[in-house]
Amino acid sequence: MKTLEELMALRDAAKANMTTRDDSSEVIRIVVGMATCGIAAGARPVMAKFVDEAAKRGLKNVTVAQTGCIGMCRFEPIAEVLVPGKEKVTYVQLTEEKVAKIVADHIVNGVPVTEYTIGAVTE
Amino acid sequence: MRELSLNVLDIAQNSVSANASLIEIELSENTSDKELLISVSDNGKGMTPEQVENVRDPFFTTRTTRKVGMGIPLFRFAAEMTGGRLEIESEVGVGTRVRAYFKTDHLDFTPVGDMTSTMISLITMNLHIDFVYKRKLDDKQFTVDTRQLKEILGDVPLNEQSIAMWIQQYINENSKQLTEV
Repeated sequence: MKTLEELMALRDAAKANMTTRDDSSEVIRIVVGMATCGIAAGARPVMAKFVDEAAKRGLKNVTVAQTGCIGMCRFEPIAEVLVPGKEKVTYVQLTEEKVAKIVADHIVNGVPVTEYTIGAVTE
Repeated sequence: MRELSLNVLDIAQNSVSANASLIEIELSENTSDKELLISVSDNGKGMTPEQVENVRDPFFTTRTTRKVGMGIPLFRFAAEMTGGRLEIESEVGVGTRVRAYFKTDHLDFTPVGDMTSTMISLITMNLHIDFVYKRKLDDKQFTVDTRQLKEILGDVPLNEQSIAMWIQQYINENSKQLTEV
């Protein structure tokens, strides 16, 4: 069983490992729509996948946040990727598989996955 | 919604939007009465009696991006489908409590599903809000209170990967133990 003593040990380890975050101007923000429409369409596992992938790759300059309804409910789950100095990219109809590719291609390598964006879907 | 835990996530988002600093989520099941109570209460800004009447209506929303609000109606429908009901108590400046009662032996009862994921999303995405998660099964129960966790953690945030994983396993293990005889 997990114990609170174990949590204390994790806290101490985390403290020792805590590196100062990169300058906030360099932080990549991923924002997932988590209103009724998003949740019903599968936003919860999508958001968890973004968090997992960022953690797995040790990406310290990425934050995952949630927002309400973006206003395009039929394209949910939706996530916006905001890279400083670049135009916002809106991904639609996300799945966990798509998220893995977006993190690898866009977040890590800086190449947006055009085929999953709102522009590609509405064409 | 495919599972009730998604409705809970959705209803709790209303508490987040209402600027709550404390959100309490309770699932309480009584196997002899075959009844499940899901309660989401907060200390947010609350609603007037008129607003409480309105949220039952799918065409009422405080949102500005579109004109329908389906959260409460969907949750209410899920409860009423089983012969249960939904109650809302709210007071401006005090908070809101939503309680849904389900008949668990009804054919149309939606499974509870992955409550752990719902709690982890809420806890890690709203670090400024405290959460109390209570799960009861007949006379057994367990509670997770993020205020207690924060006291231990100090300035280490709840969304630190190793910490979030610990919370996830902690909730999972305790939920499992609750259902084991």
